[in-house]
Amino acid sequence: MRLAKSESAAHPVLIFWIIAGWVGYAVLPWYGVEDFWEFRWLADGWPFYSDYAPAALLIAQGQKLWLAPMLVALILPLLVIRRRKSDDLYGKILIVAGGFGFAWLVAQGLGIGLRGFTAPWLVALFGELGDRQFGMGYGALLTASAFLFLFTQGIAARGAVNGDVFVTGAIGGVVTVVAIFVFFPIVKMLGAAFVADGGGYSGSTFLSKLFDQRIWSLGCLSGGRCGVAWNSLFLAVLVGILTTVLGLVFALLLTRSSFRYKRALRALTVLPIITPPFVIGLAIILLFGLSGTVTQTVADWFGITPTRWIYGLPGILIAQVLAFTPIAFLVMIGVVEGVSPSMEEAAQTLRANRWQTFRTVSLPLMRPGLANAFLLGFIESMADFGNPLVLGGNYDVLSTEIFFAIVGAQYDQSRAAILAFVLLFFTLGAFWVQRFWLGRKSYTTVTGKGDAGVHPLMPRGLSVPVYVVAGLWGAFTLTVYAYIVYGSLVQLWGLDHTLTLDHYRTAFAVGWGENGIRWSGSAWSSFWTTIMIATISAPLTAAVGLITAYLLTRQDFKGKQSFEFGTMLSFAVPGTVIGVAYILAFNVPPIEITGTGLILVISFVFRNMPVGVRAGIASMSQLDRSLDESSLTLGANSWQTFRAVILPLLKPAIVAALVYSFVSAMTAISAVIFLVSARYDMSTSYIIGRVENNDYGLAIAYSTALIFVMLAAVGLMQLVVGRTKIGRRGAAGMGH
Amino acid sequence: MRYQFWAASIVALATIGTSSGAMAQGRLSFYCSAQEDWCQLMARSFEESSGIRVDMTRKSSGETYAQVKAEESNPRGDIWWGGTGDPHLQAAEEGLTEEYISPMRDQLHPWAIAQAESAGNRTIGIYSGALGFGFNRDLLASNNLPEPACWEDLTKPEFKGHVQMANPNSSGTAYTALATMVQLFGEEAGFDYMKRLHANVNQYTKSGSAPIKAAGQGETTVGIVFLHDAVATAVAGFPVSIVAPCEGTGYEIGSMSIIKGARNMDQAKAFYDWALSAEAQSLALQVNAFQVMSNMAAESSDLAPNMDLIKLIDYDFVKYGSSEERRRLLEKWDNDVSRLPQ
Repeated sequence: MRLAKSESAAHPVLIFWIIAGWVGYAVLPWYGVEDFWEFRWLADGWPFYSDYAPAALLIAQGQKLWLAPMLVALILPLLVIRRRKSDDLYGKILIVAGGFGFAWLVAQGLGIGLRGFTAPWLVALFGELGDRQFGMGYGALLTASAFLFLFTQGIAARGAVNGDVFVTGAIGGVVTVVAIFVFFPIVKMLGAAFVADGGGYSGSTFLSKLFDQRIWSLGCLSGGRCGVAWNSLFLAVLVGILTTVLGLVFALLLTRSSFRYKRALRALTVLPIITPPFVIGLAIILLFGLSGTVTQTVADWFGITPTRWIYGLPGILIAQVLAFTPIAFLVMIGVVEGVSPSMEEAAQTLRANRWQTFRTVSLPLMRPGLANAFLLGFIESMADFGNPLVLGGNYDVLSTEIFFAIVGAQYDQSRAAILAFVLLFFTLGAFWVQRFWLGRKSYTTVTGKGDAGVHPLMPRGLSVPVYVVAGLWGAFTLTVYAYIVYGSLVQLWGLDHTLTLDHYRTAFAVGWGENGIRWSGSAWSSFWTTIMIATISAPLTAAVGLITAYLLTRQDFKGKQSFEFGTMLSFAVPGTVIGVAYILAFNVPPIEITGTGLILVISFVFRNMPVGVRAGIASMSQLDRSLDESSLTLGANSWQTFRAVILPLLKPAIVAALVYSFVSAMTAISAVIFLVSARYDMSTSYIIGRVENNDYGLAIAYSTALIFVMLAAVGLMQLVVGRTKIGRRGAAGMGH
Repeated sequence: MRYQFWAASIVALATIGTSSGAMAQGRLSFYCSAQEDWCQLMARSFEESSGIRVDMTRKSSGETYAQVKAEESNPRGDIWWGGTGDPHLQAAEEGLTEEYISPMRDQLHPWAIAQAESAGNRTIGIYSGALGFGFNRDLLASNNLPEPACWEDLTKPEFKGHVQMANPNSSGTAYTALATMVQLFGEEAGFDYMKRLHANVNQYTKSGSAPIKAAGQGETTVGIVFLHDAVATAVAGFPVSIVAPCEGTGYEIGSMSIIKGARNMDQAKAFYDWALSAEAQSLALQVNAFQVMSNMAAESSDLAPNMDLIKLIDYDFVKYGSSEERRRLLEKWDNDVSRLPQ
């Protein structure tokens, strides 16, 4: 039935991409213009000035002749426009044209750079080129996309993924962007692991550095010190477990209790995720440090000498659990809400009591959520950099070691790469363990069938500890944040506690000048940049993440395992490594984007994409496939099914992805510190500058302001995206 | 034929196009490794005096070095100003920076010129600061400790758990301290000192100025840092006193380099000359930067440590700035000192 339909029409998707390919080749500037968002080139000599000329005109002028072979790949597809999809040639021609075009484009981009040929063997083969090229621009981008999607249409026509154009295109697109923006930089960076001290590559140096005592020593078992690898692992496991438990506690409290202040609790649990780095650390020092309020009070009461107990594992653990519980909560709430009450009602009908129901039905159905929450907590802890820096004491962890191997007095890039290697090994290991634990069971509970239940309350034996834990944690979080707000309002934190608004005035002063409002405060420039970057990257992250999740849960194709691995990889690599890797990879043609706002957007999209993927997978594995199947049976194609059936049911996951990526664009630091430039400075790097300069008041005031901005933005997003109404549960009085 | 007609007209138009594609005039990409407000002030003041638009990026000198190295084949920055001298020397050693002899040279202190000559004129000193330590008066009193005045005082048993310094592996400041001890006491005695100090250290921080901030906040009693950082903490209002150790001490030279292959070379040189002038160097006082500036005519603060009264050692920047010696000392420190029980 569907085949008949698609054959009757001319293929609009095909025609679209053929046109796009030509526009990219013959109309838009082939090479990069100074600023991606600036269109000065239109009035500045385009289309003939060679910096802005499209590829076709360059060749016509006899320049950059290596771009010419792509013409063949653009002309070939014109031959198939009138052919039927079932025609054998249709698929073959598209595969050959798209594949050749794309391969040639990549090869010439990598092979010819700023100084002519990039590799000695190319010079040996062809002689000196005597010409050079800059990074690719709009034209190259569009033409490359056209080649890619012509190729995927070709494969689809040959029968891949049941001939589904949307799905093959989506797989091709995701694979390509992940390859370019995740694999390529990481491979470049890890190549540095094999660089020996005096230059050149050496396997034995690599091995001796990899099994260094400072990384793997088990001295702490016998009273000495352990290697950084064990430190990181131990910390990450603790953080993963604690955040998952706390996330579950809050999720249960919100969905399965008659707790009255759900709205306040929800706001409270989201608070730490929207806090810029260093601030929690500073607040914890002021509470529990040697001269901290709590330490001093306790020391006075019990007459003991105050100690520096907080520096080291306890401090990092407290700060990280505080910071990452919200992530676990965001994952758990989607899953806990998504468990269909019908199952629980069925259990109760069969005379199970509430405890039995919870233990044997609800909890096992939450397993994907538990596993994903643990994984995220584990990885976040491994990659966290701000908290260990402030509170680490002599408890060294991998992420800070990597940072200081690169920027510290050693300048040892290969050691950094090796530590990154170890870190990657742990995070990917966790990923495999998680998959093993989830196994092949089904966690589907939302089906197309009627679903009208209301979640039962928690069993009493569970609700008491849940209330106690949530209460304690809530009180602690409140104290920390009260301290932060207070800190932004006093003259000199920890010393002179006169109340003042000076810090806000310095940062956010607004005056009236000749041309209207003058943003005279010192923080405005980085503030607006941050807002802009966050606003652009959040929807992109959600889109890439959810499409990937859809492909992973709903489609079967070859290489799915490695596909999943690839999409998770960027999350497992600490930001510091990503930062340096991005500079190494994207400072030179073919993709030359360092120093632009674009590189910040891209780094956020691919750093945060795994959160969208995990949240999407967790939610989607609860939606029964029969929903898609009925939509497909009724004649919708897979894109329509995705848009009209799955997407609306995924609203919690969409909100999670949007919120997370928006927020992390405002709070992330480790990768950002390498990627900011004079024109695109971000608030976090500005805040660090203030902290380094003893300007705690200003740093905290700025952070506080950011917290309020993010709260407003998160609220707005939830309002815009809206909530999914599954059954009657929305009416059960969920405060929201 | 039609094709030839097209080609001809395209070539004709292209020449017009080329001539109209004017380059943007007067920009400078400025990598700054000093404190934020100083960087801002330098950028703004240079814009005002020259009319050149400045794009400033502030990063620590280690981070900037990493970036300059990563960008080697396609430099984004034009000039790199500020931050301790070692990464500048390292960059010079690796040929990442450009040779330049400024006409302003004769106005500078001899140590600044010596620094430039040792690096083949690829970098130059703009300020210097001596190493020392600061202590928190309140904590010292509440723990009934005597006021320390010498390096040796810090190894006394009563200071156990009261001293903080940065990790030489991660911080240029702490590496300067290590190299200072080796030069001051000789290699054997220097390492012996580091071992005795190790017994009293409560934490090796990652960042060089963190110990004095911790001292200001009351999280440690003594912090080993550069004296100008200690002065800045004291001026910010924290109960911190500053000590220039009696045995003598080492120092750093904050430096400036032009990045090799800078896109805006003329502007970079204009900045270079301007930054060596007395007028530009006197700006430091406005932002509580208490280093000694390299121009002899630059104004200095009353609060700044008087370099004439500090016993400075003859610090060998070439030897102790070289990557070989650095690696050797750091490895030795790692194996012989940091692994000892505390």
